[in-house]
Amino acid sequence: MAFLDTEHIRKSFGETEVLQDISFHMEQKTVLSIIGSSGSGKTTLLRCLNFLETPDEGIIRLNGEELFNGREQQKFSEAEVRAKRMHFGLVFQDFNLFPQYTAIENVMLAPKLLGTYGDQKAIEENAKRLLADMGLENRMDNYPHQLSGGQKQRVAIARALALSPDILCFDEPTSALDPELTGEVLRVIRELAKQDTTMIIVTHEMEFARDVSDYIIFMDNGHIEEEGTSEEVFYHPRSARTRQFLSSYKDEA
Amino acid sequence: MFVTVTLSLLKGFLGTLKLFSLTLVFALPLGLLLALMEMSKRKLISAPVRFLIWWIRGTPLLLQLLVMYYGPGYIFHNNIWGSGDGGRFAAALAAFVINYSCYFAEIYRGGIQSIPFGQYEAGYVLGLTKNQIFTRIIFLQVIKRIVPPMSNEIITLVKDTSLARVIAVYEIIWNGQSFIKSAGIIWPLFYTGAFYLIFSGLLTMAFSALEKKLDYFR
Ligand SMILES: Nc1ncnc2c1ncn2[C@@H]1O[C@H](COP(=O)(O)OP(=O)(O)O)[C@@H](O)[C@H]1O
Ligand SMILES: [Mg+2]
Repeated sequence: MAFLDTEHIRKSFGETEVLQDISFHMEQKTVLSIIGSSGSGKTTLLRCLNFLETPDEGIIRLNGEELFNGREQQKFSEAEVRAKRMHFGLVFQDFNLFPQYTAIENVMLAPKLLGTYGDQKAIEENAKRLLADMGLENRMDNYPHQLSGGQKQRVAIARALALSPDILCFDEPTSALDPELTGEVLRVIRELAKQDTTMIIVTHEMEFARDVSDYIIFMDNGHIEEEGTSEEVFYHPRSARTRQFLSSYKDEA
Repeated sequence: MFVTVTLSLLKGFLGTLKLFSLTLVFALPLGLLLALMEMSKRKLISAPVRFLIWWIRGTPLLLQLLVMYYGPGYIFHNNIWGSGDGGRFAAALAAFVINYSCYFAEIYRGGIQSIPFGQYEAGYVLGLTKNQIFTRIIFLQVIKRIVPPMSNEIITLVKDTSLARVIAVYEIIWNGQSFIKSAGIIWPLFYTGAFYLIFSGLLTMAFSALEKKLDYFR
């Protein structure tokens, strides 16, 4: 049994089936990247893993624990959903930092409120270490509006890491950034990969995905069109649709 | 004479201030409650509140004061407000609190709905409860956005308190006007304007100080 098992996930919004029978697995300490054109359902999939959406059908199993099973029509209490969520972290495309808190306060807020992350001192030390890892040791007391997009996104990554999620998810973490700022964010994600952080990354940065990922999923129109190792998907794609998608990026480069 | 008039007007202004501040004390929290109820997904909760707000905002405050004071006696043949100044003040306060809660509710609602949904979702994925998200993340951002419309509304309240005299609640204009009869002079009535001007000037200053104070974030 893999660390994360998702089986036959389906999700519709009204008439449109946005996720059609999505199944994939991943192991701990690996990086999975999800690529695909916009509208293919990547965000919805991440939102299902983070319990921001409820799948219509399917099973999500983490480390042997069944987090979700669509067949059982369970209605979870708010507390149960929160407990399930804690297995995953999510970094948003547009950061969603809390504007009234400084960088370090953003990182410390949830650990302090949740009460299971040690005392104030331990929480603060951990936050400082995380922000330093993100190259933000001089920015800890800045408010979000005083930070560049790249700095904001790095604060958001530290904020997600502060809860030590089992799997950290990224939804196009550099899409809202000016091109000259994407590098600094991709660099810290590469660094996290080196430290064996388990990550699912939705991205349009093909070179980055190729280098950093152990496994690639190419989504098209709500289903998995092709999957495999970085080598397989990028250099020996089997599907014509994958080749077409990848060639649209080569033209740009 | 000037001293006598000033003292009398000051006393009237105390009545104005009492009505003003008690209205705020009750209407500010009640308005938030109404806003939250109005936004409830349950129709059984939101529909009556929406109706109340439509009703209160669609009729003059002057009329609401009269209905509040005379209505119960007319309908139940029983003046629930009791006799004398105290009863009239209570009726006026009730009318003001209901009226201003409805206006405040609309301001709160606008403020709450202007906060991007991503702020809530960021809270959710960090494992926070709905309450924690509202009190620790959303509320201060709402306050920052509603300070300008709230300050307008509150300064309007200063002037609206003068309407209470329609049910003979003592306030500053009442006192000013009484000099016409008792001493045959009209200038005390004009003089009351100075009290309103100074008080709303002070409020304006307080609100811009608050706005500055919340300027540290965007
Ligand atoms: N809350 C929603 N309501 C209705 N349709 C939605 C909603 N969220 C996403 N969709 C639709 O689902 C499809 C997939 O969206 P999304 O998961 O955001 O794709 P991607 O992240 O790959 O661009 C799109 O067609 C989008 O319009
Ligand atoms: Mg997306």
